[in-house]
Amino acid sequence: MSDITVGIEIPSLNLPSISRSTLALYAGASGDHNPIHIDSDFAKKAGMPDVFAHGMLSMAYLGRMLTDWKPQSQLRKFSNRFATITQLQDVITCSGKIVELFEEGGEQRARVEIVAVNQDNICTLIGEAVVAL
Amino acid sequence: MLDRSKIGHEFDSFSIDIEQGRLKFFAKAIGETNPVYSDELAARDAGYKTIPAPPTFPMVLDMEGPDFLPVLKLLGMDISRILHGSQEFEYTGTIYAGDTITVTSKLKDVFDKKGGALEFVVMENSYTNKNGELVAVAANTLVYRNP
Repeated sequence: MSDITVGIEIPSLNLPSISRSTLALYAGASGDHNPIHIDSDFAKKAGMPDVFAHGMLSMAYLGRMLTDWKPQSQLRKFSNRFATITQLQDVITCSGKIVELFEEGGEQRARVEIVAVNQDNICTLIGEAVVAL
Repeated sequence: MLDRSKIGHEFDSFSIDIEQGRLKFFAKAIGETNPVYSDELAARDAGYKTIPAPPTFPMVLDMEGPDFLPVLKLLGMDISRILHGSQEFEYTGTIYAGDTITVTSKLKDVFDKKGGALEFVVMENSYTNKNGELVAVAANTLVYRNP
């Protein structure tokens, strides 16, 4: 594991832009049918410019980045704060950087700072993961 | 203001069968291309028992109870005013296709910021398979926008 050191970046993940069908598909597959994500009339009545993405969709993208890097069986913790709403047509990029290597539970682990940003480089999600090496 | 006396409330637990088709559909919805999440043979080759549920899938199970987000009813919240504030998972196992997962859920905390303009509702959920193994715990914070 000599290639894994503090400061290195894990491979990033670039996503296609968020469309209404992305949200409809995610609503169906996730069981999150909150109309704020799929019904423009409802979203506008709630004071939003339009429907917007489920936070958990972006978190799933961060999860894809992590499990592309290391198998999911090595993922120990995964958390984030939803910093900014992801709007329709936003183009999200996920990236991560190793910030700490430590030993816990008898195994070597890495703490990874993870972030999702939109096309204007505004953070939409910011969090961290702990991965066993 | 949301009713603080409900802090500590434990919701009725419920169990969900994890169907393989549901996992494949979820993988498709998040654009997952790693075959481990859709192909049983690929999953086995990678050392999994069968197709695993992706890391954020436990949250999906929260939605599967008899009520959609029962905390909304408990606290009398208007769904159009909630936002997801943060989400944490800690994993002690894996959820697989074919599992039956029991979800338990508790209202952990309610607090406010910005003079009550925003209230935060913290839920703590745990996920146990039919062998009694705890596979994940989660903390989920909802943000409630007061008018």
